[in-house]
Amino acid sequence: MDLGACARAAAWGHYAARGPAPAPGVSMNFESRIQELESQLTELQELSKRTQLDLGDEIATLEARLQSAIEATYSGLTAWERVAVARHPERPVASDYVATILDEFLELHGDKVFGNDEAMLTGLARIEDQRFMLIAHRKGRSTKERLACNFGCAHPEGYRKALRKMKLAAKLGLPIVTMINTPGAYPGIGAEERGQAAAIAENILEMFSLRVPVLVIVIGEGGSGGALGIGVGDRVLMMEFAYYSVISPEGCAAILWKDGARTPDAAEALKLTPADLTGLGIVDAVIPEPVGGAHRDRERSMQTVRETILRELADLEARNTDELLESRWRKYRDAGEIEGRFPRVPGV
Amino acid sequence: MTAQAEERDDESREPESADKKQPSAETPQASTGKERRRRLFKKKDMPGGLWLKCESCADTIFRKELEGKRMVCPSCGFHFTMPGAARIDFILDEGTFDERFAELTAMDRLDFTDKVTYAEKIARAVERLGQNEALLSGFGKILGRRVVLAVLDFKFMGGSMGEVVGEKISLAAELAMTNKLPLVLFTSSGGARMHEGMLSLMQMAKTCAALSRLNERGGFSICVMTNPTTGGVTASFASVCDITLAEPGALIGFAGPRVIATTLKQELPPGFQRAEFLLDRGQVDAIVHRDDMHETIASLIDFGRKAWSDESVDA
Ligand SMILES: [Zn+2]
Repeated sequence: MDLGACARAAAWGHYAARGPAPAPGVSMNFESRIQELESQLTELQELSKRTQLDLGDEIATLEARLQSAIEATYSGLTAWERVAVARHPERPVASDYVATILDEFLELHGDKVFGNDEAMLTGLARIEDQRFMLIAHRKGRSTKERLACNFGCAHPEGYRKALRKMKLAAKLGLPIVTMINTPGAYPGIGAEERGQAAAIAENILEMFSLRVPVLVIVIGEGGSGGALGIGVGDRVLMMEFAYYSVISPEGCAAILWKDGARTPDAAEALKLTPADLTGLGIVDAVIPEPVGGAHRDRERSMQTVRETILRELADLEARNTDELLESRWRKYRDAGEIEGRFPRVPGV
Repeated sequence: MTAQAEERDDESREPESADKKQPSAETPQASTGKERRRRLFKKKDMPGGLWLKCESCADTIFRKELEGKRMVCPSCGFHFTMPGAARIDFILDEGTFDERFAELTAMDRLDFTDKVTYAEKIARAVERLGQNEALLSGFGKILGRRVVLAVLDFKFMGGSMGEVVGEKISLAAELAMTNKLPLVLFTSSGGARMHEGMLSLMQMAKTCAALSRLNERGGFSICVMTNPTTGGVTASFASVCDITLAEPGALIGFAGPRVIATTLKQELPPGFQRAEFLLDRGQVDAIVHRDDMHETIASLIDFGRKAWSDESVDA
């Protein structure tokens, strides 16, 4: 679905096979000042240790400067820079959340028809007394994992696995939490043969009928239809430096501008940031990240998500199921609309 | 979406003064550089559009002859893309089309500007085609059976789905629901309309929401996927109707073939993503030739009569 995504994924595979390389599509150039200060700080700390000199004042000054550099940089990021943060290799991914914020997790594999797509992580989860079904795109952390997960690009069997587990959750009366983090659904021969489009469409359709609360959190990349395939819910939240877009900025620039160099302009034009999307009424709320992004303080960032899940699920579970489904339906039937713009069919 | 990629690419290659009837300008499925060059060459070579080359068998066809044969290649049976208005004339009983929601017009809500503004692109398409959007919908009859019909027109920005297209599909589903009529859809689309950003992606959810309610109330829906149907349209309402039909040779898929070939750096299997390929892999219910389209749909409607408690046929 997403040209840039999979070209990136392919390029990654290529690099990965040869050895370490920077994550594709990620240029953190805007952090140059921060990185400079960070290395100065490290140097100073090492110097202090090595020479036993008391450099406490100098270190404190540098730390303060670093902190204000981070704040200044991250309060003025462009849309394209935000995309780079969302793709940052150190940003928490699904497996990190499982390891860090869950008190219990029982992974359930497979669509029980064709196979087990590693790009979709599904299982029974618990935080404190709150039990739920976790459905998440999996990008993997090590190179080997990333390859096994196709860099978070799911196949039809991944979407079908997700649906199967969501239906199980509905049967067991467990709420569902989905974590979106995908460059896009996988564009390949097998994916097309097995009905990638139909699998996504079926998920979108069926998610309107799940008689349990569904909480959607975009934790990193919200890549188009591949994201929406697990993205229909009662509440849609986005992490502060996540993005959600109909097409990757690279793909958009290549098609409309016919010039990859215009990718930053495409990112801007697509209105893919949480602020844009809450403004359009497509996203309900933003989950704040630590200053400088989730990759700078992974633990704290994930704890915020944990608290958010507990709070949101408690709210949603308190609601009447019929009303919940009706409002979920209405939320998407009128998604992002300007009130009064479109006619209504009487009796609907 | 990659499908859009191909759609947009195709549209922008089409000069403003292009012969609007020339179907070669509407078929974006060239999967190799060679095919693409052939297409460009063909266009330059035949400015009047009197003759055109079949993209499937490469035969040269006299356009008048093609039109006389419902835009089906006389040599190989490839079904050329039918523009929206022609499709309606073709499928509905004469004089039965009662168009609804024709007034709805796209808005440039994101102030989206690439080389030109989206607002200007819409205005040009509206002027060129004399219709407000890529979807035409309303009531009509197919061999005497009343239906709600919605047709995506590839000529209007590649049949891409933005807010108005999504809304009109949903309204059509609701008209079918409240009037207890079968819903018949014809699709040809490059996918979501990226100039509307996430508002366009949300149409996938909106149309599925409408169809999910139609299903709940016992409605009956038929989607005919025609050349080409890709991206966000295939990945939403087009794939969740009760019956999925395809026209012979139609390109149907999620990602576009060019993108898959480029990404995987791999030759695609022969016939990849064509209707016959999908039938073989269990993705569509049936392939229906244009000559049999009316009778097939009429027959399906008759089988679906009990979907509603009331009769939906007044013939
Ligand atoms: Zn032919």
